[in-house]
Amino acid sequence: MKILVPVKRVIDYNVKVRVKSDGSGVETANVKMSMNPFDEIAVEEAIRLKEAGTAEEVVAISIGPDKAQETLRTALAMGADRAILVKTDEIVEPLSVAKILKAVVDEESPKLVVLGKQAIDDDANQTGQMLAALLGWGQGTFANEVKIEGEKAEITREVDGGLQTVSLDLPAIVTTDLRLNEPRYASLPNIMKAKKKPLDTKTPDDYGVDVAARLKVLKTEEPPERSAGEILENVDQLVDKLKNKEGVL
Amino acid sequence: MALLLLADHDNATLSDQTAKALTAAKEIGGDIDILIAGKGAQAAADAAAKLDGVRKVLLAESDQLEHQLAEPLAALIESLAGDYDYLLAPSTTTGKNVMPRVAALLDVMQISDVMSVEGDDTFKRPVYAGNAIQTVQSSDSKKVMTIRGASFQATGDGGSASVETIDAVAGPGVSAFVSQKIAESDRPELTSAKVILSGGRALGSKEKFDEIILPLADKLNAAVGASRAAVDAGYAPNDWQVGQTGKVVAPELYIAAGISGAIQHLAGMKDSRVIVAINKDEDAPIFQVADYGLVGDLFQILPELQQKL
Ligand SMILES: Cc1cc2nc3c(=O)[nH]c(=O)nc-3n(C[C@H](O)[C@H](O)[C@H](O)COP(=O)(O)OP(=O)(O)OC[C@H]3O[C@@H](n4cnc5c(N)ncnc54)[C@H](O)[C@@H]3O)c2cc1C
Ligand SMILES: Nc1ncnc2c1ncn2[C@@H]1O[C@H](COP(=O)(O)O)[C@@H](O)[C@H]1O
Repeated sequence: MKILVPVKRVIDYNVKVRVKSDGSGVETANVKMSMNPFDEIAVEEAIRLKEAGTAEEVVAISIGPDKAQETLRTALAMGADRAILVKTDEIVEPLSVAKILKAVVDEESPKLVVLGKQAIDDDANQTGQMLAALLGWGQGTFANEVKIEGEKAEITREVDGGLQTVSLDLPAIVTTDLRLNEPRYASLPNIMKAKKKPLDTKTPDDYGVDVAARLKVLKTEEPPERSAGEILENVDQLVDKLKNKEGVL
Repeated sequence: MALLLLADHDNATLSDQTAKALTAAKEIGGDIDILIAGKGAQAAADAAAKLDGVRKVLLAESDQLEHQLAEPLAALIESLAGDYDYLLAPSTTTGKNVMPRVAALLDVMQISDVMSVEGDDTFKRPVYAGNAIQTVQSSDSKKVMTIRGASFQATGDGGSASVETIDAVAGPGVSAFVSQKIAESDRPELTSAKVILSGGRALGSKEKFDEIILPLADKLNAAVGASRAAVDAGYAPNDWQVGQTGKVVAPELYIAAGISGAIQHLAGMKDSRVIVAINKDEDAPIFQVADYGLVGDLFQILPELQQKL
């Protein structure tokens, strides 16, 4: 079977994001960009399914600017077989991403699409569920374990009270949670090899998808600041503060 | 205007995330109906009917809906959507699982994790782990959104809405429930607790986590939280993770022990009223958001605290 893995280029999770002073967005100039961490987990899972003989081909796809090629090369260096860049300089909302992915799924017919549960820039947590809806497929979101058996996928999900296991007919959608696996680092030889792997470039127009935003961002601002409080000398002082000043004990 | 709020419940009980999302719905204004989808969920429906400001409760029950799987649940909500201008759910794992599916079925862009209502079509929501707050205006005719519970007070009881039983539409039949492991605990729930004690990587092992954190939590009548590092290392179950990609909490008192204060963790607890940090590194970023800090070894400080309470 074939697995499609959508990967997003985002500001690296270690960067302290700064809001632009004019409220128009966040600072992205000269900021380190990386693959969305949940998508690394998705690529890893797909590669493991290939290594286990369950999958034959892993195709990575990114919707974004020219530079998203770097993100795709990372996926190829980790072990994906080929990549598709759907090039646009617009900020594409999850609904439009899902529509583009649907068109790609119609063309490529994968049995499984593995996405991240959440992009750490928009923190939307939507795309996988939306794609599942557009395709009429089952969805195993927030996956902690993925088992493929014949024409079914058994997905254990991280839910509020603990874990839930569902069985999905294939083809299906999976979105990754943190504990699914630990993504590998690409080795230098694999990074070299990845440069020669095929990377197709398309545009949203090629798939007939209008990427106009439905949500207009009126303003982007800093969250209310919390200031550092007092460093106390000992536990007695803490108990006193919490009891007598704050009334929380 | 009419609003449909998907309740968060486990058939037997209604979680207070529903009452918090109801407050957001009331701020938008209009006739608010609550949907209870499940099986054997009369008790949850009765609890929802008592909430203040609810027009009616819709109760849909079937085998397929028992575990609120996204596929049948989204089909049900889609079938009801014609009567509503707003479709809301709390940002719980159920809400996050199903609402984007509903949004796509309706060709609507969802607004995730609404933290304030600025107008009929304008809302605030956090992005970049809460390092930026966006004000967004939706141009969709129907608004589909999830509500960040930590940003809203729970609506109290005081209503007596009618409970109307409705048919559960057949879902696409592509998914089935297999099993679940839901921990039973007498401790308060993380997202509704007044006090939370969270432990980090510093605890070093599950044994130590259990030995140091749990009895103190019980003494404080606190819920227990954890950093991602503590969960990844197996010291605490996944549903205790507080943060950008875990639970978002805002208790009266949050105590972080042996947690460094990475932005991803802060995103989940920064709105707590009083924050206490215990860390042996005086430069740990957690101190920058803490009201009170103790610099020292948690293995000494926590037992001492327990003794002095
Ligand atoms: C995509 C993504 C999502 C994430 N989501 C989350 C999330 O939702 N929640 C979350 O928490 N993290 C999340 N993280 C992880 C986050 O970046 C940090 O790695 C994590 O929060 C660190 O956990 P920690 O503070 O327990 O561990 P560390 O950073 O290792 O900190 C341990 C602290 O304990 C202190 N310490 C050590 N020994 C003692 C002692 N004896 N007494 C007192 N103090 C001691 C140390 O000084 C240190 O400050 C996410 C990361 C990524 C990439
Ligand atoms: N522009 C994009 N290109 C490729 N994949 C994306 C893009 N946006 C979102 N995704 C996928 O959808 C997941 C969830 O994103 P979101 O719904 O934005 O939180 C991500 O982890 C990716 O797997």
